[in-house]
Amino acid sequence: MSFLSNFWTEWGGAVLWLAWSVASSLILLALLLIIIAFLLLMDRKVWASVQLRRGPNVVGPFGLFQSFADLLKFVLKEPIIPAGADKGVFLLAPLVTAVLALSAWAVIPVSEGSFFGLAEGKWVISDLNVGILYVLAISSLGVYGIIMGGWASNSKYPFLGALRSTAQMVSYEVSIGFVIVTVLLVVGSLNLTTIVNAQKTGLGTSLGMPGSILDWHWLVLFPMFVVFFISALAETNRPPFDLPEAESELVAGFMVEYSSTPYLLFMLGEYVAIVTMCAMTVILFLGGWLPPLDVAPFNWVPGIIWFIAKVTFVFFMFAMVKAMVPRYRYDQLMRLGWKVFLPLSLAMVVIVAAFMQYGGLVR
Amino acid sequence: MMAVLQAYAPLLPEIIIVLGAMVLMMQGAFRPENDAETSRIMWLALAVLVAAGVAIVQLGEPARLFGGAFVDDAFARFVKLLVLAGAGGAMVLAFDEMKAQGSFKFELPVLLLLATAGMMVMVSAGDLMALYMGLELQSLALYVVAAIRRDDAKSSEAGLKYFVLGALSSGMLLYGASLLYGFAGTTSFAGIAAAASVAGAGQNLLLVFGLVFLMVGLAFKVSAVPFHMWTPDVYQGAPTPITAFLAAAPKVAAMALLVRLVMTALPGVQPQWQQIIVFLAIASMVVGALGAIGQTNIKRLMAYSSIANMGYALVPLAAGGAEGAQGVLIYMAIYIVMTLGAFGCILSMRREGGLVEDINELAGLAQTNLFLAFALAMFMFSLAGIPPLAGFFAKWFAFLPAVKAGLYWLAVIGVVASVIGAYYYLRIVKIMFFDDAKAPFMATRAKEGAIVALALVLVLGFVLPFVASPLVEAAGTAAASLK
Amino acid sequence: MALQAVFFYLFSFLTVASAVMVITARNPVHAVLWLILAFFNAAGLFVLLGAEFLAMILVVVYVGAVAVLFLFVVMMLDVDFAELRAGFIKNAPLGAMVGAILLIELVMVVGMRFAGTAQVVRGPAPAPVAGSTISNTEALGAILYREPFVFYLEIAGLILLVAMMGAIVLTLRHKDGVKRQSISAQNARNPATAIEIAKVPAGGYTVPPKAPEKVRS
Repeated sequence: MSFLSNFWTEWGGAVLWLAWSVASSLILLALLLIIIAFLLLMDRKVWASVQLRRGPNVVGPFGLFQSFADLLKFVLKEPIIPAGADKGVFLLAPLVTAVLALSAWAVIPVSEGSFFGLAEGKWVISDLNVGILYVLAISSLGVYGIIMGGWASNSKYPFLGALRSTAQMVSYEVSIGFVIVTVLLVVGSLNLTTIVNAQKTGLGTSLGMPGSILDWHWLVLFPMFVVFFISALAETNRPPFDLPEAESELVAGFMVEYSSTPYLLFMLGEYVAIVTMCAMTVILFLGGWLPPLDVAPFNWVPGIIWFIAKVTFVFFMFAMVKAMVPRYRYDQLMRLGWKVFLPLSLAMVVIVAAFMQYGGLVR
Repeated sequence: MMAVLQAYAPLLPEIIIVLGAMVLMMQGAFRPENDAETSRIMWLALAVLVAAGVAIVQLGEPARLFGGAFVDDAFARFVKLLVLAGAGGAMVLAFDEMKAQGSFKFELPVLLLLATAGMMVMVSAGDLMALYMGLELQSLALYVVAAIRRDDAKSSEAGLKYFVLGALSSGMLLYGASLLYGFAGTTSFAGIAAAASVAGAGQNLLLVFGLVFLMVGLAFKVSAVPFHMWTPDVYQGAPTPITAFLAAAPKVAAMALLVRLVMTALPGVQPQWQQIIVFLAIASMVVGALGAIGQTNIKRLMAYSSIANMGYALVPLAAGGAEGAQGVLIYMAIYIVMTLGAFGCILSMRREGGLVEDINELAGLAQTNLFLAFALAMFMFSLAGIPPLAGFFAKWFAFLPAVKAGLYWLAVIGVVASVIGAYYYLRIVKIMFFDDAKAPFMATRAKEGAIVALALVLVLGFVLPFVASPLVEAAGTAAASLK
Repeated sequence: MALQAVFFYLFSFLTVASAVMVITARNPVHAVLWLILAFFNAAGLFVLLGAEFLAMILVVVYVGAVAVLFLFVVMMLDVDFAELRAGFIKNAPLGAMVGAILLIELVMVVGMRFAGTAQVVRGPAPAPVAGSTISNTEALGAILYREPFVFYLEIAGLILLVAMMGAIVLTLRHKDGVKRQSISAQNARNPATAIEIAKVPAGGYTVPPKAPEKVRS
């Protein structure tokens, strides 16, 4: 008995902490995946509407359960591993993609305050004080899933897709990094919650208005907002920058040889990464969970609702871009990244830093 | 604002060079590439060097910046002027020849300027970190410059060899630096000196190992035997004007760094580093003298010559003290002049197909081009240490402190080595004056001619008191400021 | 604290194990992948130390960029590993010797620290003040961008500039006859310069109109 009690006094806190972390992570993941199932449907519906089609409409009312049907279908199919493939890496690649994409959500705060009144509860799993760097790090790791998958398939198209993807993601990370630096200069913190709260005051409040949409960073850092949005498209291999899987050139790029659950994991990882980027756009530029106008009817709505609404809005923009913009050529993509975004964002870093320093705005 | 700028005034020479390099880089990148533009960049680079030299002369009181990481004293100024002179002279030599070889790029002067900035940081280093960063800035630029004729297999090979061995030596140096840091708990020279002056510090293995590794790293950079293997290959493979640059300024900077390191950071353990320096000096003198005998390529010969010269320069350092430092400085100053002059002559060995490097091609030069033959003969005599040329005095000031410090046998070995060395220097003179004449070289270009003439005047005129005494005095003041 | 110890041993074990795998893996791509795992676990150790900024930078820079390029190169190169292994036995004694020397010296450094024989001038690095609100990101910035370290920072910047120029000057080739897209020239085009409308008489023919001004695209 004494051993048990000793164990409990020494390890009790750790066990509780672990249990709590696991439970909250599971809740987050479940909700996230369900939301993503519907966002996926939304993507296809928006795309279809622009092309004057109906989109998926058979499974469930308005086709609402389409994603779940797809899930079942993928899981039940036979996974095929090509004869010349490097089996271990081949199977590891989709896992890496999906796990990394999901793990970014550990630091993303979806709201503030106590989680339904629980003492330990927060709206974020880990309120890391370098949260934004963590997200940047994780998203830069996303390239490994693709390059491993492309290489392990031992086939031409996947390899070409993987190479394209690597160069593309590494290139656009640079401008994303600089965009983040400008936001950090304005806020003075790497913590995502602090970044959102810094948007409570700003241009609008300095004019005597209540906290509003005018305070958010998208207005003061408008060029960076645009750069970030476009770079996010490139970073997640979304059209018009979907060259790694350009079906008209590379069949399906790095995913050619994949089928069944591994393919599903790739798709899942990709969409989770997209939603992560949407959430980052919301946190960095669109005021996170803050209401668009801090007056009566709006600030009654809980923050989480605003957050989801904003993420959905940004995702809608992603979907519209996919529907409307033709694919870039590879050299154009590189030109945009290195010759337009990099100088632009670098110049903005200098301008914003000078403004903060000499405008007396350092917090 | 002004007060801040005033506080950084001792950095002005470095700032001038770095800003100048950046401006030239932008100019090169955005202006069209043509002859007029590249020659403008070259002249502007020279102007930058001159401006930095003027700034050094104009500097005010000696100062230590950044917690002692940057030391501006008479020693630093003296060596910086030498470095600037060496770099400027090599740049003048490089200009026409690189253009003739079709490998003149605007990056060349920019990289040379940045390498010069690195050397100046090295010379002023008062901290292991500043030492390393200056060394890296210098070396990295020189690796690139050595390989700048990228379509030429030899040049690429030279760059690669230089890079790999240089990286290895940097690793050694860093390892030694980390051991010293582990010993002293600080990277500043003053702090290390304080820790090393405790009684019995010489028995501390950490200190001794750190010292050895640091010395090994620096010996690579000054190409002292047994860490000289890269020198002949790199000298031969790199384009000749670049070789001239490599042979002059970086050697001075690395030697000055070594002097400052042992004199200011490690005075407490002189017996320990003295052994190492003595060994390096003897090995370099002997291997340099013997290795040069069989060479037929003039650039390889110059490589062995520079190895031997580094040995001679280390002799006074082994003696230690202000007089030793003075000896090193005088030796290096004269070495720069002789080296640039000799390379000016080598760059004049041109036929229709480009430069020739075989020593036998010099045969009978006295009959076809007396001035060139005379100049080269004088530089060879000077390198051999024959009075009353400058090289004799260099050796005089090098051996004197050693004798005074009681290192008689070191001086004797030095004299014997210079006698052996005289053989291959005199062989060139014999080939030029007594062999049958070969086809004449093309006319010497104006820039090379100017450098050769200037160096010749200095070598011949060193015996005159108004040339020698200011140099000796300045070197004395510089050496005295080392604390 | 107990949990920290568990994670410490987990990360350390994985770091060492994957480092061993790096040098024993038969496939170079696998070796690089193990290397990435080692980096990742090292980042984990940094987090345990409370140096989360360094951890993230390690991941972003080494894992996210440098190792990707490694992987890139290794995948493209056709390295014959049988040939490389042939030299292994021959060079092993030398390598072992160098390794042993370095190891002995490291042991000496650490040993002297513990034995207290090293002369410590400045003493150990100051520990963070308990209860201070300065994050380690802020603390790093305060050191790096102020005297004396700003000097090293500037020189490091120059070194990177040299590295960049070196890479460009040694590899960039301006080939002749390459068609390049000039975006500004394309944007400057308008219907008047790009299109010419010719009237074709019914039943007749017309001379082909003058070719429009050529814009490289």
